[in-house]
Amino acid sequence: MGEPGTKETLSLEDLDAVVGLRTGRKHVLSILVENKPGVLTRIAGLFARRGFNIDTLTVGPTDDEGVSRVTLTVDGAVHPIDQVTKQLHKLINVLKIRDLEPTDTVARELALFKVAVDGGQRGELMQIAEIFRGKIVDVTKRAVIVEVTGTTEKITAFESMVRPFGLIEMMRTGEIAISRGRGET
Amino acid sequence: MRAVDAVMECLKAEGVDVVFGLPGGANLPTYDAFVDAGIRHILVRHEAGGGHAAEGYAKATGKVGVALATSGPGATNLVTPITDAMMDSVPVVFITGQVRTELLGTDGFQEADTIGITMPIVKHSFMIQHPLEIPRAIHEAFHIARSGRPGPVIVDIPQDLSRAEIDYEPVTDLRLPGYQPTTDGNQKQIRQAAKALASARRPVIYAGGGVINANAAGELTEFCRADRFPVTCTLMGLGAYPAVGADGALDPQWLGMLGMHGTRAANYAMDEADLICCVGARFDDRITGKLSEFAPRAKFIHIDIDPAEISKNVPAHIPIVGDARNVLAKLLIEYRALGADPGRLEDWWTRINGWREKHPLRYEDSADSEIKPQYMIEAVFEATGGDAIISSDVGQHQMWAAQYYHFAQPRRWINSGGLGTMGFGLPAAMGAAVGCPDQLVVCIAGDGSVQMNAQELATCAQERIPIKVLIMNNGYLGMVRQWQELFWDKRYSHVDTGEFPDFVKLADAYGASGLRLHDKRTLVSDLRDALALDGPVVVDVRVTREENTYPMIPAGQPAREMVG
Repeated sequence: MGEPGTKETLSLEDLDAVVGLRTGRKHVLSILVENKPGVLTRIAGLFARRGFNIDTLTVGPTDDEGVSRVTLTVDGAVHPIDQVTKQLHKLINVLKIRDLEPTDTVARELALFKVAVDGGQRGELMQIAEIFRGKIVDVTKRAVIVEVTGTTEKITAFESMVRPFGLIEMMRTGEIAISRGRGET
Repeated sequence: MRAVDAVMECLKAEGVDVVFGLPGGANLPTYDAFVDAGIRHILVRHEAGGGHAAEGYAKATGKVGVALATSGPGATNLVTPITDAMMDSVPVVFITGQVRTELLGTDGFQEADTIGITMPIVKHSFMIQHPLEIPRAIHEAFHIARSGRPGPVIVDIPQDLSRAEIDYEPVTDLRLPGYQPTTDGNQKQIRQAAKALASARRPVIYAGGGVINANAAGELTEFCRADRFPVTCTLMGLGAYPAVGADGALDPQWLGMLGMHGTRAANYAMDEADLICCVGARFDDRITGKLSEFAPRAKFIHIDIDPAEISKNVPAHIPIVGDARNVLAKLLIEYRALGADPGRLEDWWTRINGWREKHPLRYEDSADSEIKPQYMIEAVFEATGGDAIISSDVGQHQMWAAQYYHFAQPRRWINSGGLGTMGFGLPAAMGAAVGCPDQLVVCIAGDGSVQMNAQELATCAQERIPIKVLIMNNGYLGMVRQWQELFWDKRYSHVDTGEFPDFVKLADAYGASGLRLHDKRTLVSDLRDALALDGPVVVDVRVTREENTYPMIPAGQPAREMVG
């Protein structure tokens, strides 16, 4: 039952509230889930009915075959992140949630760009791709496909560079993220 | 043995003594197993009735209720009770049949995606994919339903898997690594809460259904009486603190229910409080009214077993995650050790008593034999000696029952709060009566609501379940009529239900006793006579047609704007 408290008084004025946190930045949530049917639907459904918006979502296996990792990004300017994580914790199949600190995290996403270029512009596009450490993975007479890996910001920057050439389509995986240092994410 | 026989063994191991259900194609194997299982099964007339009965059973007994249905329409008929159980945190396990695995996803006969449909309205669900999973799923379903913040859990079993032969071994370990409810409460936070309460000059204890779920009514009462804390309960929390003492007099610390149709004393006290201690409640919109103007001077202690409720609607200053019973017991010790001066609450009580005297619950009684609906509840209170289990439907009669029937114990008031499900009361009373055969169980119903599950009178007649259904009959969908009167310029639109049906004949057709009352002067003795009849009874009580439920905080308004 614990020790009886001291008799120090407490002023109600000094109490601070724990408010729903709108942090104003992007949050990367790394979620370990049991690999059971319907888990992704439960997560997606929870977001939908609470009015939370998922910006990106990736799902993949981990080194434990019974466990999958979901990495999703949420805009902390729009949604109270603590409510999002508390609601996620209520899902029985969710094992662990980590709200990754941007400074202690390595995050990557992969993108494929199909750009409309003919012979005249191809060289210029290849130069830009090289600056972004992108790879040309397919070339046809009237189009080039470039593969770029990096942070969301880098990929967005690359997009703005190739858009003037005529961007036919773009595909992005959404971010995966891993914490820095020795500890597990 | 067959997987379904293992299901029966699991139910017995979980202490299940009764289930409510209706057979169909996909759960034929389960029903075959019932023949030899030795578990009481009550055949309902509609799956929704079975679901609500399981809820009523759970609410009255504190045990897990069980409801069964077949696939497709059987399962979809459970959607309302499942949602109701989710909103009011009722522990119920629903076991549904599913089409054979080879038919899954083919739009087979009576196929519905039960797991998909119910995903947003369950605490958890199990889609069985292999017969060997069945025993573990059943046990985990019970554990999840009853522990932490209780709620509904579904186990969906395809017909072919339920027939499979399996080697059944009792399951003794649960594998739920992602589910570990926090029950103890942080000691430092509890101490902080005790200190805040000791220094508060205008405190209010605001208790909800979580106190009842945690079986913490005794602890709550003891804590409130450790000082002269004013206490109010939500609709779901009624009975968590005794409204009346053994002598029948109102408890001096009891402010009445709070919220939209709560007392002025309770709502005004919340409005002027400097510290509100919320236990097992969730600051629902029916409590707060206009959120931005809710309790503007108050700091908040919030005790709840569900961390997601804390700071969801109202920011908590001292959050305590834990089981209400554990936390209140610890809080009591901490509080007593502080030796707070009860005299500091003198001014606060003067203010509260001023509101009580000026604004008691009141209504204008009729001058003749007409039965005012409020009087009907007072008469029921008197006729039952205040000692019945009361279930209700949803609407005006529910609010009057909450206001005028004074609950002295927990698990005596069984109603649908969060979802507001018309048709809940009668089957819930049936479930409560099955769970508590030694108690008088009365359903206070509306003439609109009662018809939504009146078919269960047949179940009650067949099973000799002696519920007493008292219909507060005003020939209207009364609460909607009231809102149309007050907020829609009295343009009544589709609220008049007239004289239909004849409830006395309906009762007779179902094999229940039916009678009609319309005289105030003999109402109490007439009700006593009706309650003394054997078997299920339906009493059609004719009340004033257009009476409004007051007082009232108009939707979206702050508490100070109460009307009526």
